[in-house]
Amino acid sequence: MEAIVAEHLKKTYRNGVQAVKGVSFYVKQGEIFGLLGPNGAGKSTTVRILATLTKPDSGKALVAGHDVVLEPQRVRSKIGYVAQSSGVDKYATGRENLMLQGHLQRVPKSQLKHRVNELLEWVGLSEAADRLVQTYSGGMKRRLDIAMGLVHNPSVLFLDEPTTGLDPETRSALWQDLLRLKREQNISVLLTTHYLDEADYLCDRLAIVDHGVVVAEGSPSDLKAGIRGDRVTLEVDGHVDEANERLKLLPQVIDVIVTDDALVARVENGATAIPAIITALEGSGISVRSVALSRPSLDDVYLYHAGHRFIAEGSLEDVA
Amino acid sequence: MKNFMNDTFRLLIRHVMTTLRIPIWIFVTLVQPIVWLTLYGQLFRRVVELPGFGSSSYIQFLTPGVVIMTSMFGSAWAGMGIIQDLNDGVMDRLLATPVSRGALITARVLHSAITVLFQGMIILLVGFLLGARFPGGFLGVLALIVLGGLLASGLSALSNGIALLTKREETLIAVINFFGLPLTFLSTAFMSAALMPSWIRNIAKLNPVNWAVDGARDALMGANWDGVWGRALLFACLFADMWNICHEIIQLIPQIIMSSAILDTYQSPFPSK
Repeated sequence: MEAIVAEHLKKTYRNGVQAVKGVSFYVKQGEIFGLLGPNGAGKSTTVRILATLTKPDSGKALVAGHDVVLEPQRVRSKIGYVAQSSGVDKYATGRENLMLQGHLQRVPKSQLKHRVNELLEWVGLSEAADRLVQTYSGGMKRRLDIAMGLVHNPSVLFLDEPTTGLDPETRSALWQDLLRLKREQNISVLLTTHYLDEADYLCDRLAIVDHGVVVAEGSPSDLKAGIRGDRVTLEVDGHVDEANERLKLLPQVIDVIVTDDALVARVENGATAIPAIITALEGSGISVRSVALSRPSLDDVYLYHAGHRFIAEGSLEDVA
Repeated sequence: MKNFMNDTFRLLIRHVMTTLRIPIWIFVTLVQPIVWLTLYGQLFRRVVELPGFGSSSYIQFLTPGVVIMTSMFGSAWAGMGIIQDLNDGVMDRLLATPVSRGALITARVLHSAITVLFQGMIILLVGFLLGARFPGGFLGVLALIVLGGLLASGLSALSNGIALLTKREETLIAVINFFGLPLTFLSTAFMSAALMPSWIRNIAKLNPVNWAVDGARDALMGANWDGVWGRALLFACLFADMWNICHEIIQLIPQIIMSSAILDTYQSPFPSK
């Protein structure tokens, strides 16, 4: 039985925004699955649907074997949800937060105290446990968030943008914690992120979400392998459309994608293609400012499937 | 049912702890009634000399009015807490657990009632120091607390319901400011019913705030001990004005049910990034 099955989920908000337009994917038991996409792609909404916080307009979803619409209470007892904005109570201590969460998640009283101590230890908050959360740093709050999501040993954990806003060191530590979690317990994790490196590093499989639909799905290596060839990125002085046409005529070039400041050509072998490309362009009177060569990355996967460059933190620039 | 009780209890502890850790809010809500009692109590103290007023001491007359007024305003602001939780992501976190939805509302309502209880006692003390006396004794004070608590519970439930529907602080503030003072003045909190224009008196008959004020004043005075009504309801001892208590309970229950229902259908709002 899969940990999560989502089928044709659709959701339009009351203000008219079509956040999710038909999302389908599945998550296997014990794997870390990523939902990757830029801001506004529909990732958070999808997670909210799966965590029973909001109802889909149509479609079906099974989480830990239960339907999110028909049996929400059952789903809630088996999931942990860590929101993008911290959900901890600032005016309580770390321990109090965990204890309350444990009570609400129906953790048996006899086990709760021990479990809370265990978790505090695991996330490294044992010393700060009896201080008000108000005094915690961002990283500490995030770790407490995750501990709260785990207090009842859920079979599925939802992490909505868990490392957004954290400094590199804390991010890295959190990645290690997640991998450790996966190794030590058979928990399935659904992680949403707009960081390519995070998706690449952590996820066993991922789905790329753009404008409310899934545009690609698979393991990071499979997705990258699916993009044959090297990527040659060129910056030219004007005449971008002309350059586009000219490149397409070359035999080595598989296809070309135009972004607002560069042309990205996929070729079989970058090293031999570059001289040919430059000669062809210069020969047509188009001056080449710079050229770069790289092996496929998730950015290329994204570019290929969604047709525009993935810019991690800012807004997305859409080019036809 | 057991889950509902446990959840309510645990959540209530959370609210109480929060209040204890940010006492400034309680302090601020106490300053207002103390000002009303001393300032207006003194300013208008000769109004009792108007023929037909029905009381010999304005401070005596005013104290229960101010207690109830404080119950009203204090509990009306209850919705602000839920809006804060909505904005902080705390509500989402709680809703993703199997917590009883009714408990989420009930804990807040109980918290309002308990807070109002303490505020009421302090105001009674201040009133006493300013010269008010309470012939109704302990039972009178008890009835006052019950009435204040019931009013506070109902308004708290209503406030939480409005907060859930509108999700905006500004709307809640506007509603409270719009209705608060009119509701107070359309009651006998400050002015004897005998001296009101008849249209105000008629409106006051339908005003839950007035039910509470009237009942509270009678209870504190030890008047109207209607044993006849007493047996009909939960509160078995000799209370004043059972009819008023009855009214309060009737307006309270639908408000709690409505707010719980709203929470049940609450959908996470569009994420604002």
